[in-house]
Amino acid sequence: MDRTPVPDADVCVVGAGPAGGLVADQLAGDYDVVVLDAGPRFDFEDRPERQERAIRPFYGRPDIWEMGGPRDDHTASGEWSYPLNHARVKGIGGSTLHWQGMVMRLHEDDFNSGSTRGVGPDWPIDYEDLRPYYPDAERELGVAGASDNPYGPPREQPYPMPAFPPSYSDSLFAEACEELGIDMHSVPNARNSESYDGRSQCVGYGTCQPVCPSGAKYDATVHIDSAEQQGATVIDRAPVQYLEHGPDQIEAAVYATPDGETHTQSAEVFVLACGGVETPRLLLLSASETYPDGLANTSGAVGRYFMDHLFAGTGGVLDGETRQNHVGFYTSSSQQFYDEANEEFAPLKLEFFNYDGPSPVEMALSGEDWGDDLLERLREGYGNHLGIGALVEQRPQEASYIGLAEDQTDDHGNPVPDVHWTVDDRALRTIERANEIQTEILSELGAEITWQVGPEETGPAYHHMGTTRMGTDPTDSVVDSTGRTHDLQNCWIASSSVFPTGGAVNPTLTIAALALRTADHIDRALGETSTR
Amino acid sequence: MELTRRDAVAALAALGGAGSATYGYSRLRDDGPDSTPPSDDHVRETMSATAEIVYPSELSGIAAFVEEFVDARLAEDDDHAAGIREAVTILDEHSQTWYDQSFADLSADTRETALEGLGADVADEDPDGSTAERVRYYVVNELLLALYSSPTGGTLVGIENPQGHPGGIQSYQRGPNGLE
Ligand SMILES: Cc1cc2nc3c(=O)[nH]c(=O)nc-3n(C[C@H](O)[C@H](O)[C@H](O)COP(=O)(O)OP(=O)(O)OC[C@H]3O[C@@H](n4cnc5c(N)ncnc54)[C@H](O)[C@@H]3O)c2cc1C
Ligand code: SF4
Repeated sequence: MDRTPVPDADVCVVGAGPAGGLVADQLAGDYDVVVLDAGPRFDFEDRPERQERAIRPFYGRPDIWEMGGPRDDHTASGEWSYPLNHARVKGIGGSTLHWQGMVMRLHEDDFNSGSTRGVGPDWPIDYEDLRPYYPDAERELGVAGASDNPYGPPREQPYPMPAFPPSYSDSLFAEACEELGIDMHSVPNARNSESYDGRSQCVGYGTCQPVCPSGAKYDATVHIDSAEQQGATVIDRAPVQYLEHGPDQIEAAVYATPDGETHTQSAEVFVLACGGVETPRLLLLSASETYPDGLANTSGAVGRYFMDHLFAGTGGVLDGETRQNHVGFYTSSSQQFYDEANEEFAPLKLEFFNYDGPSPVEMALSGEDWGDDLLERLREGYGNHLGIGALVEQRPQEASYIGLAEDQTDDHGNPVPDVHWTVDDRALRTIERANEIQTEILSELGAEITWQVGPEETGPAYHHMGTTRMGTDPTDSVVDSTGRTHDLQNCWIASSSVFPTGGAVNPTLTIAALALRTADHIDRALGETSTR
Repeated sequence: MELTRRDAVAALAALGGAGSATYGYSRLRDDGPDSTPPSDDHVRETMSATAEIVYPSELSGIAAFVEEFVDARLAEDDDHAAGIREAVTILDEHSQTWYDQSFADLSADTRETALEGLGADVADEDPDGSTAERVRYYVVNELLLALYSSPTGGTLVGIENPQGHPGGIQSYQRGPNGLE
């Protein structure tokens, strides 16, 4: 394959996940667009084999999409460890190849966390600014949902597809929740409840995370394909090493190719869409005399304020069947407690699982028995589990950051990312609060509690936010309200790295809405240059 | 409960012909057995003879199911197929050494003892591992994967749409009474 630079490119997008894919797709009709991605192009036909790996105990999660090794090394110098290669995929499609595909809008107060909850800065934009882009994002990703969430932000248009009906276990939870005065509602899925956009209806493989063999779950290959059909050039296995620049402009992206060559891609405009860890890393790697602390880092905020969502969960067993693990996504949620957030408690949302407890086929492959003994163990182990998860916001803190490791380099000799992650007390307190609600619901059901993930056991949900935060003041933020860096006039960032605060909903619908909005601004900026 | 060729086709639809044609871990070790690879017939026979041990006794129709499944996996003619053949040879060498017979010719009790003697019951699967780990990966777990990702295997445990099977989006909505 030809991996040489595209002459006279208008737009160079770095990263082929949903953020880069959407920007490329929006602009490819009118401009010469080139997309560079560090990882490979995966064959759709190989997905059944990846699914087999997802089920077989020999393979770890990072193995499914070939993460790991010198290309992907990382360190964690903070108090909290961070399993970075479980938390991302490199390749055409990005981390959406692995994701679960739950997609909600942020709440109105999430944009004003500083003024309404006393935590972190306000965003420089409001829900109203993003409101026109959310329905477009829902259409682009293909979202199945219903307008039945009384706690969600305002919306007018219906979802592009009907919601997935509730599960049998949802009906068990519903009885308990009604008793306790907790409202349940459907949950939007970037997954086809009917065939959509040339992709199949969900057929119930049940391995959504880490791989959907049918393509019913959205992943960003959709937009990369579409961009290519409009003429964009997509170069895989082309990790950008650094960005050549002057004081106000990026001039070129310097990337490596598998044959050991290094190439220089120039363009009018650069869009960094490498995810919330690699985007700040690339800026830090591009330090120069003009930008000694990292490119676009006059504020010192590049890499700082690293946030993830924290997981809280409780599960148990019932005296009765619960029918788990038929599908790999959930169908009911509760956002009732979300906007009770204040300085003491963070926003949280509840997730009613359809996949708690063991999957029989996975159990079967990792025991020391077979035949009738194995069947008996499977029958005992499967059938009556029930679990509730929750996501909790963490506060942006300067001391939580992505940096460059001091003593470890990757396969090209660049310092690997150091994930220095810390979590604040408000988040930990809210995890306890989530556990209490979960316990209450399960107890109401008469379940015996068998597991809990509380403040001690909590871990990240793999949503990388905050590391190139958006703001109006160039001294404490990296990009402006359109996604353009304050320092460089042709450098835009599309990623959850621009989120000043995280809310408690999964980020990717907002990443998509922001990417569409940023693409509009780039279009306008390019229009101005060409008419000048 | 009756296993059918249709179940095997269902398992294959999900798992694909085989493991790793285009990328992978299962680079075969060069310290494997150096005899000529066993014929497809013999692999089929050996896999069926193993399935009789590792599948629950209430199942019938095992031979046809295994045949269908194994044929498709071998037909891929890739590293995974080679791994299956190699693991069958390991089983045979073990049973020749201990019982002077190939594995498929042993009585059911002796087959179970032979598998245990090899350590395939306690080994973790590993396509590049020890003989026990390879037999676990390519023979024992290969068969368990085929069974328990199929609707019939799942139904034995109470899940008619197990992980790995594209059984649609109705089953997750049904309660236990909707099972029949
Ligand atoms: C297990 C899991 C479950 C998830 N579930 C959900 C969910 O249910 N809902 C939700 O909203 N979100 C979920 N997420 C998060 C979601 O996947 C991300 O928010 C989303 O993919 C981010 O999109 P992105 O385009 O910014 O980055 P990514 O999708 O990570 O893509 C970045 C791309 O940039 C490339 N890249 C990196 N560095 C370079 C470089 N130097 N040069 C060239 N290319 C580079 C990478 O190879 C990669 O392809 C989940 C994530 C994981 C891992
Ligand atoms: S349950 Fe649906 S979305 Fe998930 S892997 Fe299966 S087909 Fe894909």
